[in-house]
Amino acid sequence: MRLTSNDWRNLTLAALGLAIAACLPWLLGNYALTIGVTIAMYTVLATSWALFSGPTHYISLATAAFFGVGTYVTGIGIQHLPYWTLLPLAGVIGAVLAALVGLATLRLSGVYFVIFTLGLAEFIRQVITWGQNVSGTKGIYVLTSITEAHIYWQLLGLAALVYLLGWAIGRSRLGFALRIIGDDEQVARHSGIHTARAKILLFLVPGSVAAITGAILAPRYVYIEPSLAFAPMLSFQVVIMALLGGTGRLWGPLVGVIPFTFLWEAISITVPNQTTLLLGVSFLIIVYLLPKGFVGLFGAIRRRMGSEGLV
Amino acid sequence: MSAVLSLRGVTKRFGGLVAVNAMDFDVAEHEVLGLIGPNGSGKSTTLNLISGALPVTTGAIALRGSPITQLPAQDIARRGIARTFQLVRLLPSMNVLENVMAGAVFGHRRRWGHEAEAVAQAMLEKVGMAGRGHMAVGQLTYIDTKRGELARVLAGEPRVVLLDEWLAGLNPTELEEGLALIRALRDEGRTIILVEHVMDAIRSLCDRCVVMASGSKIAEGTPAEVLADPEVIRAYLGDDDA
Repeated sequence: MRLTSNDWRNLTLAALGLAIAACLPWLLGNYALTIGVTIAMYTVLATSWALFSGPTHYISLATAAFFGVGTYVTGIGIQHLPYWTLLPLAGVIGAVLAALVGLATLRLSGVYFVIFTLGLAEFIRQVITWGQNVSGTKGIYVLTSITEAHIYWQLLGLAALVYLLGWAIGRSRLGFALRIIGDDEQVARHSGIHTARAKILLFLVPGSVAAITGAILAPRYVYIEPSLAFAPMLSFQVVIMALLGGTGRLWGPLVGVIPFTFLWEAISITVPNQTTLLLGVSFLIIVYLLPKGFVGLFGAIRRRMGSEGLV
Repeated sequence: MSAVLSLRGVTKRFGGLVAVNAMDFDVAEHEVLGLIGPNGSGKSTTLNLISGALPVTTGAIALRGSPITQLPAQDIARRGIARTFQLVRLLPSMNVLENVMAGAVFGHRRRWGHEAEAVAQAMLEKVGMAGRGHMAVGQLTYIDTKRGELARVLAGEPRVVLLDEWLAGLNPTELEEGLALIRALRDEGRTIILVEHVMDAIRSLCDRCVVMASGSKIAEGTPAEVLADPEVIRAYLGDDDA
């Protein structure tokens, strides 16, 4: 399909934003760059999460599972393979895992899917821990010359890919099918949409992207072990950030990630034990005050201003 | 008679309850078949079996000779059987045009982009909703939600259209419009099965009727024939009036 002038404007704006973000490592100090990496990481994770969970309303807590698998692809693979092959490899493994999970669970709906995805991360973690006990190894050292700035740029590149993919899906038949499924699955089926296939196809995106993100971040951890790589907190943070921003727009999760990361940082420094409290409070705020996230809030403000003749 | 759709011994059991019992009937090309009977006689369940909403327990359903009995709903829809729902189901987050495009994009004939939009506009015009494509689903009157759903069904160019009590709940004026609309579809030569309680509709629209009672077929024939059948009258009104 041809691009409208609106599309070109959005593309230009996105490219400009990306270019500015890419220059930040030269402008920021080390600490700020660390936060930049965190923001980039959660942007990638939350945006890809929202691509699937936004239209389908399936809450996936499998992010940590895919992420952890990705870190182990780098952790184990770096000893045998060149680094540049590891990211695509992690992506493929993440996609395969997502396909298996999808085949097994996407026929289930609602809470069963949530529980299964939460259990998946724990399951893989236990399997790796068991493997370590059997083989007698502990964690894995990931020693590379990759710097924080390199990680940041890789994440930025991945973010650009995710946005491009999300934009393409939104314009595709698959994107249309998913909106219909999200509205009424029965109508979707009776209109001729293969609902299970559409959902599994889309679930490959967060699976693959989270695995690549884990693979990119592994060098940052230097030493990886199951409890770090598969921390369930990651899955919850991604859900909260995506919902806080709103899943109705492609840029929604980003506006949730940025304030949340700063808040998380501030709380970690001042009262480090209260981060779980922040998660809980954010969740309450989302449920009671911002059911559609910041995206919904902006939309409501714009409509109100519009109805008063201000726009 | 070349049957577009045929049912042979189609049975549906819910545990011990036999909701549909050994139904046999054919629908010919360009025919409007009325599926009638008292409440709870299994008419809607029969439609649900044809459209794949429920799996058939035993028996066979064929579309132009090829079996569709075990196919999931989406494959049946793609092969060309499209339905409306007893309680109208429109997609609440989309406007009217997008609702209709859902049929045009994923139905029996699949289109995309401007072509799908053009088909959707044409269908809206056909059901008398031209220029209302931009409206939100929540803004529609009751009959317009029904028309919108019908437009979505037609947009996929199905070979067989299943209408589940499409005329129910309309006021007298709306009923006139609704009857005219279905008559127009009939005159176009569409193949339609309609489950209906409105007797005027059955008399004026149907070429043939299949009457069900307690899950079984008790009569088949022209509307005049079946409505005069003592067994049909007994099923509707009880023994004293037969």
